[in-house]
Order: sequence, then structure tokens, then C-alpha cells
Amino acid sequence: MSAQVHHAKPAPVGGPLLNAVTLTAGVLIAIMAMILLVRFFYGLGSVTHLNDGYPWGIWIVVDVMIGSAFACGGFSVAMLVYIFNRGEYHPLVRPALLASLFGYTLAGVAVIVDLGRWWNVWNMYWPWSANPNSVMFEVAICITLYIIVMWIEFAPTFFEKFGMNEAKRRLSKIMFLIIALGTLLPMMHQSSLGTLWVVLGQQVHPLWQTPVVPLLFLLTAIITGYAVVLFESCVASSAYRRSIEMHLLTPLAKVMLGIVVAYLVVRFADLLWRGVLGLAFAATLEALMFWLEMACFFGVFLVIGTAAQRRNPARLFLGGILLMLGSSLLRLNGFLIGYDTGGGYQYFPSLTEILVTVGMFSIEVLGYVVITRRFPVLPREAAHA
Amino acid sequence: MNSRREFLKRAAAGAAGAAILGAGGTASARETHKVPPGGLGLLYDATLCVGCKACVAACKEANGNPPEFNTVDHLWDTPLDTSGYTFNIIKMYRNGTMETKDAETNGYSFMKVSCLHCADPSCVSACPVSAMTKDPATGIVKYNPDKCIGCRYCVAACPFGIPKYQFDDPFGRIGKCELCRHRHKDGHYSACAEVCPTGATLFGSTADLLAEAKRRLALKPGEKTTYPRGRLGEAKAPGVTWREEPDQSYEGTVGNYQQHIYGETEYGGTQVLKLSAVPFEKVGMPKLPPYSSAATSETIQHTLYGGLVMPVAVLGALAWVAKRNVKPEAEEGDRS
Repeated sequence: MSAQVHHAKPAPVGGPLLNAVTLTAGVLIAIMAMILLVRFFYGLGSVTHLNDGYPWGIWIVVDVMIGSAFACGGFSVAMLVYIFNRGEYHPLVRPALLASLFGYTLAGVAVIVDLGRWWNVWNMYWPWSANPNSVMFEVAICITLYIIVMWIEFAPTFFEKFGMNEAKRRLSKIMFLIIALGTLLPMMHQSSLGTLWVVLGQQVHPLWQTPVVPLLFLLTAIITGYAVVLFESCVASSAYRRSIEMHLLTPLAKVMLGIVVAYLVVRFADLLWRGVLGLAFAATLEALMFWLEMACFFGVFLVIGTAAQRRNPARLFLGGILLMLGSSLLRLNGFLIGYDTGGGYQYFPSLTEILVTVGMFSIEVLGYVVITRRFPVLPREAAHA
Repeated sequence: MNSRREFLKRAAAGAAGAAILGAGGTASARETHKVPPGGLGLLYDATLCVGCKACVAACKEANGNPPEFNTVDHLWDTPLDTSGYTFNIIKMYRNGTMETKDAETNGYSFMKVSCLHCADPSCVSACPVSAMTKDPATGIVKYNPDKCIGCRYCVAACPFGIPKYQFDDPFGRIGKCELCRHRHKDGHYSACAEVCPTGATLFGSTADLLAEAKRRLALKPGEKTTYPRGRLGEAKAPGVTWREEPDQSYEGTVGNYQQHIYGETEYGGTQVLKLSAVPFEKVGMPKLPPYSSAATSETIQHTLYGGLVMPVAVLGALAWVAKRNVKPEAEEGDRS
């Protein structure tokens, strides 16, 4: 069978759970917990710089929008393996899925923390409160379903750990449906995360306000998915002193660059078609941020544009970071930098706000370390280092 | 084997492409909604406003909102903008020596800032839990705190910056003008219009208010005309009988109006209308297209997800492809 390529079965990495990384993450999480306590007793205004001109800050734009884009590795790789039948990438699926699982679960947690009236959140799933016209309604339902679907997709890892072979066998029979759902749902909500700003109308700068924004978000989500896999594979290899899966990452980077080209074509065709490209040459903060965003997508070709460059792990790592940054800037620019409701409002996150975002990412790091050390996620090393 | 693989790839790519391209389709483009026939609203005429702010105080009282202090002595309510606790405010335009009222240069003027009750409100389209709704009969944009999850998408969406959140309260709500609908059952209408001493703020049906606005724009600046106060005409709201009021109209001088009724076309029309002698952009009213962003947003959403047709079709295609590529457990056994 075409997907049947020989590769190592996943195995726990092993090693101590208590080390400098997990300890630091633990401290940062504790700090976040204290800040959140204040937030729940004294309101959002007590720990954030949110205001009526910028009702969404970094908890939404970074933790949810960017955080969930970073969590697209699982979806991007699974799509490559199971939909486009590139079985050779199979060893990348589990680690990518794990990062996605954490990314999305925490995006969900971050939303609850940011909700001003969180105790009413059940209305989101209450049919008599549903508003199918609302982009956010669609995003919320899709993300909730996707988190459930991902836990099911990841369940074999736990089944293997606890020797539940019968459960694993049964699940594998319907796995194709779970994988199909796990591909469809992120396509839906990652594009809709962009559609969220369409209703904001002319408050969003024309360099970002466009009816094709769902396509821009979808493409950058897929790109970020692959970029994160490059980034994580390099970090995991260096942190765990494992050999790097260059035979997979090099061709993966080429696939990723192909999508970057498609993205840039759509991005500039849209700007030209709407006749707003001229705004990119105005002396404004928005124009500067636009070119920073573009520099990431163009710059990646200087870093890993040639086949030889793509065989260099350091370059793949850097290329991954560049594209993660570019996709982050698209989201940051549309929702915060290029958003102006008028009335002279200002927003820059407070220290406590930043520490909560740091804490959220720390949970991801801690969870990733604990699970990869104790559960079969990363491919087994031939010779244990 | 290779040809089948090619075929599957194309099938998947085709399905994904169809889903994406759907976004560009305009087949089911949704038109911007119109003001309902019985829509209620306000007419604010800046040339009649004397800046007494009786409406600001009355609004606070009617909605049970606390004062907000922006002076050192904390003597009285001094909000600088609408907020989660201030649903209505009179802002001032100042230029040069400020000698003449309603003059663009060396003059001053006023502008009422409160919810315009859009025909096609962004906040209603944005709200994921139907906490923000538009009343089908009166067109009032209503807020229900018992449904609201506090996501503040309405705050971000409104082109007028109207819904505001109470950030200082752990149980904070969204605050905005609801045309005093809670007072309608007692025969009271919007408190701001009820107390306005000059009739600068009038309450009525948007159709009547629009006719009145057009009447004023047709008059010659400087001539005399009769200005109503309080409520204009028999604005009808289901189950509501307005309290009896004496005729409060008076004779006044016609202002030097801009030939523009703000809210007649802005954003597809609003139920609150405004007249001014100073250009609207100068007094803080945004220049907006004659359609609502809610229509654009919902066109995209319903093109992609209408009846769940596209998602189900794509899911079918993906499942079909995945079924062939995912190895069942038995075959996977020999992999290790």
C-alpha cells in the first residue's frame, strides 16, 4: 500500500519530569494563576489594558487567534498523510497532533478567561440562543467539536500506554471518519477566524479588510502548521538529543513553500483587485507593519529557497520561525494594529496581561514535555542517546 | 497504484478548492436590511441643542446608571464619552474663537452620541448567543444580559463604537441605549427626548422623524417655523399607550442646515436620525457606506455554510479519501 512506508513506532522518550524547563513552566503557570484570581474577583479591567476602543487584546489575538494557528500542525500533517496519501510523513503525525491538542485546548481555556460573562457560556451550545449569522458562533461550535475530535484522534496513544488493545482496534475502524472531521473542522474555523473581522467593516485598515480574508487565514493556518512542525522537530531533537528527521522535514519544507507561493499570489491579487496596494506605500504604521508581515513570507525563500538550504536543519528552524511570525503578524495587524474604532483609544498590553499569555504557552510546553516523556508520541530512536 | 493515488489527490484537492472558491460566489449575496415599517427612533437636531445635557442626566436616571467623574472635585457626573455606564452623551464641537453657534469656523456646536439603532446592526449579526437582537416590530436593538457571554464582539463590530463593556466589574455587562424600552409599559418614551427643553431630541417613528427632517431641510435658514418637542406623531409600539401630553411645540428660527440627514442612508439606514449645521465628520460622525458590514459578513458565512451543504459535501469527499488511505489496525501491526 502506498501509505505503508517503513518507519519507527512511537515510544516514550523517558527521562526525568522535573528539570529546568518544567520548573520554569511551573513557576510561570503559578504566576498566571494568581493574576487570573485577581481577574475573576475584580474584573477584566483590573489586570488588562482592554478598553472599549480595543475590546480584544492579546488574550484573544495571541492566545486564541495565533495560538490556534500554531496548533495547526496536527491538521496540516494529517491532511498531507491521510488525504494526500503521503504516508512517509506518518511519524510526524503524533507529535504534531499533540501540540495541536494542547494549542486548541488552551485556546479554549483562554477564551473562557477572557469572557466577561463566562458563566453564561452554555448559551453558545443552547439551540434557542444560537445565532447562525454570527461568525463567532460558527467558530465556537467548530473549535469545540475539533477539540473533541482531536482527543479521539490522539486516544490511541493513551490506549497503547494502558494496553487497551481492544479499544484501539475498535477506534481504528472509524478513524478515517475522525480524520476527515479533523481535516474539515479546522478548514472551517481557521478560515472563519479571519471572517471575524469582516463585520468590523471600515474599522479595519483596507490592507487587511477584504472579503477573501477566510482564504488568507486558511492558507496561513496550513503554512503555520508545517512551519510549527519544522520548529518543533528541531526543538525536540535538540532538547532530547535525538537525531533530526531531515528526510521528512526537507520535502515537507518544499510542500510548505508551494503553499506560501499560492498565498502570496492570492494576497497581492486581492490588494491589486481592490486597488489598495498604494496604501502600503504611505508613511503609516500600518504600511510598515504590512511590509514586516510580507518580509516574513518573502524572506523565507532567502532562507530555505534552494534544495541545499532545505537540507540544513538550522535553516529549516529559521524558516519555520519566519512563517510563524508572518502568520502571527497577519492576525495581529488585522485585529489590533490595523484596527481603529475612532475616538482616540490606545492599547498596549499590561504586564499582567502578558504574563497570562506567557503562562498559557507554559502550560503547552509543560504538557508537551510530560506527555512525550511518558507516552508513545515521538518515533522510537534506533540507538538511544 | 500511481494513477489511483493521483486520482485521489485530485479528488481531495478539488473538494477543498470548491469549498474555498465558494467564498467568492455572490449567488446568495444578502442585501442590507431595511428599517422595519414600525421602527422607532430619535431625531436629533444640533441647531436646536443648547448643550444643557438634561438628556444625559435623564438617561442616567432612567437606566439606573452611576455618575462618572472626570474632574478633581467629583461633584457631578462628567462622562467624556459613552461607556458601560453612560448610554447617551452630548459632545461639543469647538473651533477658533467659538463666537457663533453652529458655525464651522470660529464657532461651536453639539452632537448627541448614543445608539443609532441600525436597520442592519453589526452587533446583532456578531453576537454568537442572540443576546443582542433587533426587535422585529419596533426595530429597537435590545440587549439581554442573561444570555450575554461578555465576548465583546459587539463592541468591536459597531462602526459607531456604541456597545461598551463594564471592564471594572467582575460581573460586567454591555451597556447601550435601548430607547428606554423598559419604560414603554408605563407610557414613557425615551427619557432624553422626554426632557429635552428645545425639542433638539425628538422621539417618534423613524418614518415620521424622516419626514420632519426633510421638512426642516426644505425651509430657508433664518425663517420661522414650528418645532415640536418630546414625542412626534403617533409612534406605534405593540401594546403601548403613550401618556397624554400637552402640545409643547413652539416657534423657532430655522438653522443653517447641512443638506444631509445623517442616518438616512449611512450603513443602510439607522432609526436615529441627525441634523447639523456643521459637517457631520467634523462633529464626530463617521463617513459610512450605504450598506452594512453585517450583510458582507453574512453573505460569506451563508455562501460557505448555508444549510451545511458545503461542509457535508467536503466531509464526504474527505472521508472517502481517508477511508482508502488510513490503514486498519490489522495491517498496521506489521509496521513496527
